[in-house]
Amino acid sequence: MTPLAGYLLVAALLFSIGLAGALTRRNAILVLIGIELMLNAANLNLIAFWRYGPHPEALTGMMFAIFSIAVAAAEAAVGLGLVIQIHRHAHSTDLDAMNRMKG
Amino acid sequence: MSLVFYAIAGLTVAGGLAAMLLKNTVHCALALTVAFAGIALLFLELDAQFAGFAQILVYIGAVAVLVVFAILLTRGSETPKGGVFSRNWLTGLAIAAGVFAVLGWAVLGSARALPGPGGTPTAAPTVTVLQIGNALMGRYVLPLEIVALLLTAALIGAVIVAMHEKEGAK
Repeated sequence: MTPLAGYLLVAALLFSIGLAGALTRRNAILVLIGIELMLNAANLNLIAFWRYGPHPEALTGMMFAIFSIAVAAAEAAVGLGLVIQIHRHAHSTDLDAMNRMKG
Repeated sequence: MSLVFYAIAGLTVAGGLAAMLLKNTVHCALALTVAFAGIALLFLELDAQFAGFAQILVYIGAVAVLVVFAILLTRGSETPKGGVFSRNWLTGLAIAAGVFAVLGWAVLGSARALPGPGGTPTAAPTVTVLQIGNALMGRYVLPLEIVALLLTAALIGAVIVAMHEKEGAK
């Protein structure tokens, strides 16, 4: 197994763990945590392809990962703000209990 | 594939698994921090020093702290009565297992076509922070500005969304 394949497998495993968590957990914050894990797995893929790709000096994968980290930080801030507002409104972060859109 | 890689990969995957499986939400946040640190170590192992330290600063320094704040503000550490997993957890698990099977099949099936020689490590690309800064200010200046705008909008949006509305003050 080449090093690149090892990194890709680890990233695939992390992505699947995050996806399973996002689909099965009931707490809204843990769903966000699962989404963060999936984003991190994607970043790991970008960096691994940058390192073992033909032109690492072009910095493309590195730049992609850096911008992705910045966007993920913005996503986490807005998502957790929404969760806090929902908790204030419904006094719960249980996603199974949120079954109506009316305020 | 060195022993260091296997150790870090095991730590990262164990942290991710613990973050998704533990019952207490605060413990989940701590396990998430371990997973983030493992990914930062993998970045350093891949000779991406800048991305590794950015990962430590942004994820361990900011996102993990934000998650802990949200958990404590919503009293999410109390275990709910009906268990921590959703009613249709089997469907979610099946979907995730299917996704992993497809991804693993694709990676292992194309292992020969992937770039990089098998076994022998290639020479590490020397990337200095100066090069990254020049690239950010030169070729990637438009994405940088867009990210700056996005971060400003997210900052204002998060504050407005989470702002406490006083009764009758509309």
